Amino acid sequence: MLSRRLIPCLDVRDGKVVKGVRFRDHVVMGEIVELALRYRDEGADELVFYDITASPEGRSVDRGWVEKVARAIDIPFCVAGGIRSVDDARAVLHAGADKISVNSPALERPGLIDELAAAFGVQCVVVGIDSLRDADGEWRVRQYTGDPSKTQALARRTLDWMAEAQQRGAGEIVLNCMGSDGVRRGYDLEQLQAARAICSVPLIASGGAGEPEHFRDAFVEADVDGALAASVFHSGAIAIPALKHYLHEQGVPVRL
Amino acid sequence: MSVVLVDAGGTNIGSVRYALQRLGVDAALTADAAAIRAADKVILPGVGAAAPGMARLRELGLVDLLRSLTQPVLGVCLGMQLLCERSAEGDTECLGLIPAPVLRFVEAPGLRVPHMGWNRLETTRRHPLVDSLGSDDQAYFVHSYAVPVGDYTLATADYGGAFSAVIARGNFHGMQFHPERSAAVGARLLGNFLKL
Repeated sequence: MLSRRLIPCLDVRDGKVVKGVRFRDHVVMGEIVELALRYRDEGADELVFYDITASPEGRSVDRGWVEKVARAIDIPFCVAGGIRSVDDARAVLHAGADKISVNSPALERPGLIDELAAAFGVQCVVVGIDSLRDADGEWRVRQYTGDPSKTQALARRTLDWMAEAQQRGAGEIVLNCMGSDGVRRGYDLEQLQAARAICSVPLIASGGAGEPEHFRDAFVEADVDGALAASVFHSGAIAIPALKHYLHEQGVPVRL
Repeated sequence: MSVVLVDAGGTNIGSVRYALQRLGVDAALTADAAAIRAADKVILPGVGAAAPGMARLRELGLVDLLRSLTQPVLGVCLGMQLLCERSAEGDTECLGLIPAPVLRFVEAPGLRVPHMGWNRLETTRRHPLVDSLGSDDQAYFVHSYAVPVGDYTLATADYGGAFSAVIARGNFHGMQFHPERSAAVGARLLGNFLKL
């Protein structure tokens, strides 16, 4: 049986791992390779690195640290941030990343998803979606969330975009529920359930983990394939081995 | 011992090479027929689709060479599928070294395709390649096509039914998962291959 995945997310800015609250006020958390190795040792199932400055600044991810991570760790990892073309993606994959994740550039030019899937196969192509509920009750997509001053609200509905992304060749969807991100009150189960209903590829929950129960709820109530979290892991508030034992006791299949 | 990685254009070549380095083996990356023939061990990595994978091997003039090898050969992920008879992915004729088809997973409620993540391995046949595999050992899979269980199967995993996770026939071996990304379990299995 396929295990549910625990995925520490390392936001990278200027070669360091940082974390913000509600996507703002970033604080340096540590060195990339050092943190990657720590999570590998603790039993993380996968890692995601987001270069949160890359997209707003219109530049692609610096490859140097990607290769260092690939040499050091023996679990899969995904790189996101400023991948705007097949060439950008190829550079990151050849440096040793297992998957690439596109977000803002795919919103600018949805055909990018088709091109990446054709070049590398859908299994390499993750589409990240930043989503927030608007006053009218609809979830809509946000763009350039790495920099609050450049973040834009789009007219595109989150679930419409998710359906289109899959049709174009997304092999996995990371849904970041911005309303719950960084405040540790739990994943947005309502939004994740709505997403699950239309998502036939692996779905990863992001935003809001604070307690072990939140992970259980995302897996059991929203049937997500993986749960991504940052601050609770970086701060040590939740230790991955203890979390996995808890989930195992709760009947959630995990890799112990 | 000389180990070569066949440079068939897959994007996981770097990762496989680093995994071998962590085991103390510096593998050469090559598409040169003489270098492949002379190696003690040959690894065929691969990420992508079957048809472009086979097209690339044909372009490089490696199809007959790979078929004629007598030293231990390991196909990883797509590389394993290319060792089989035929893939449903693009209805592609493969190398035909292991008498198995490659079929697509059928999507079903709760069964997402691609099959992506860690899944438990179950040994079904004694073989040095899967020696030391424990009953709780898991490996990392990313694939939409799989090889059904057959005489050639050494270990299975379960995703809407059992499929082949490790296969072998004669000197040809395959791992559907990514040993280079399967932590200590993957390192042990790669180590087993190097000892064959």
